[in-house]
Amino acid sequence: MAIDRNTVRHVARLARLALTEPEEERTAAQLGHVLEYIERLKAVDVSGVEPLSFAGEASEAEAVMRDDVVQPSLRREEVLAQAPEQDGSSFVVPRIIE
Amino acid sequence: MNPSLLPLGELTRAFERGEARPSAVLEECLSRIARLDGKVHAFLRLTEGEARAAARAADERRARKAPLSPLDGVPVGLKDLFCQEGIETTAGSRILEGYRPPYDATVVRKLREAGAVLIGKTNMDEFAMGSSTENSAYGPTRNPWDLERTPGGSSGGSAAAVSARMVPGALGTDTGGSIRQPASLVGVVGMKPTYGRVSRYGVVAFASSLDQVGPFAQDVRGAALLLRAIAGHDPSDQTSSKRPVPDYDAGLEKPVRGLTIGVPKEYFGEGIDPAVEKSVRAGVAALEREGVSAKAISLPNSPHAIAAYYLVATAEASSNLARYDGVRYGHRAPKQGSLLELYEKTRASGFGAEVKRRILLGTYALSAGYYDAYYLHAQKVRALIRRDFDQAFASGVDAVVSPTSPWAAFRLGEKADDPLAMYLNDIYTVPVNLAGLPGISIPSGFTQGGLPIGLQLVGRPFEEGTLLRLARAAERALALPQRLPPILERA
Repeated sequence: MAIDRNTVRHVARLARLALTEPEEERTAAQLGHVLEYIERLKAVDVSGVEPLSFAGEASEAEAVMRDDVVQPSLRREEVLAQAPEQDGSSFVVPRIIE
Repeated sequence: MNPSLLPLGELTRAFERGEARPSAVLEECLSRIARLDGKVHAFLRLTEGEARAAARAADERRARKAPLSPLDGVPVGLKDLFCQEGIETTAGSRILEGYRPPYDATVVRKLREAGAVLIGKTNMDEFAMGSSTENSAYGPTRNPWDLERTPGGSSGGSAAAVSARMVPGALGTDTGGSIRQPASLVGVVGMKPTYGRVSRYGVVAFASSLDQVGPFAQDVRGAALLLRAIAGHDPSDQTSSKRPVPDYDAGLEKPVRGLTIGVPKEYFGEGIDPAVEKSVRAGVAALEREGVSAKAISLPNSPHAIAAYYLVATAEASSNLARYDGVRYGHRAPKQGSLLELYEKTRASGFGAEVKRRILLGTYALSAGYYDAYYLHAQKVRALIRRDFDQAFASGVDAVVSPTSPWAAFRLGEKADDPLAMYLNDIYTVPVNLAGLPGISIPSGFTQGGLPIGLQLVGRPFEEGTLLRLARAAERALALPQRLPPILERA
């Protein structure tokens, strides 16, 4: 299945990935090749089959519910120390509101 | 024999008998790494200081006959996606370069509590995406059996380190075969437990409905001891099971007579190297000599697994990897005008080609208009793959046996430019992740060229005990001659 450059550009924007022109071209070709292989799935009859999103044993309700108890968390300065830019209390990013 | 060359399951006995000392074994391991790792590149970094202190404490406990566990004093390598407090953890990616986690992953904490000696972080395909360790941003790992070949991946560093006797045990992760396939290609034991058996807290995520942590060792007993140490419920990972963790070691030597293994015809099909098929069939015959019965079965939906996997795994990855945005940790592209530009350029310069490819495929599969046709459809095929296994188990099969990989180790670069050819490495391992089942790869022999071959056993959910017992029976019955990788013999 062929994918055009515009689709690649759209998906790259959704994924927050800046691609160079040669990357766009290469990606279009490679994704097309992989999607062609994936097309074979369409031939599988899945009528009446419930999707399996998670092969764990717990039901999703069990998996997400726990008692609401306050737990210690990581120390702020330790976490901030990993940031490329921070001011001692917050992560710093380029201004988003003029 | 030099104790540092012993398989983990025997090393721990040597410690118990006072025939070996943790510090001495650690020094042997470190000097072997110093001698060989310039060629193999299994490790991204060593934690010698911490390891020496841990080994000295273990010496003292062993001398008092008061070990914390059978692993007390055993050196263990960690794939570089396990958070270890204060130790750089990159997941093989530039985007996490310099990241020093402020906490330990649960499995790391558990290993420490068991007395294991954490020796360093091992190389891997970036974000565990790959089957050759060539996708590491820090250069490939080489196969100790042939330095021109790959050790497999994505946990190639952990596998190669155990194979080259740099370390008796190591941890990896397995999303589509990333423990079992490299174990097979370097001739060691590697196990992916049932989904939910081991906590993933503090483990860099790839595809959360598939990822599972597991052990590498030279012997089945070593893998059993490591699994026992890391398994169990963790309140910090809501998918981890509350089932008690059995003493896998205790049941290891029990007879396997009366158990049944299923031999699926779809796993011996087109593309398989005849030497691999022959070796795995010899493994089946060895199990039959132990009293196991083998029967032909069919898992008709398995041929669809790779296609379903590359939709499910990439979709989940595109979401998991959204967190790498240059704001909270790791790499940030040099100052950009807008926040959007900061994200886009940070990710463009921080991720490698395969990671970008998978993020884009996953984003595409989840995007408006394609979700039902791709992602939802793949999850339905996934249900059919699981159903095939369930039916085999319901028909009295205790484990499914197959090759781990269709071929032995391939050359570096051989598949690097063809994503699809690379994906097909995992044709026999991926269905197991989609179904959430436990699987193990054990050495079954060698090709004529002297490359290791692996046999895979797949069990019922949470029946790691049965699986390990069968693997041990095969190991015992095959009785492969002790063979060291040539790189060690030369040294």
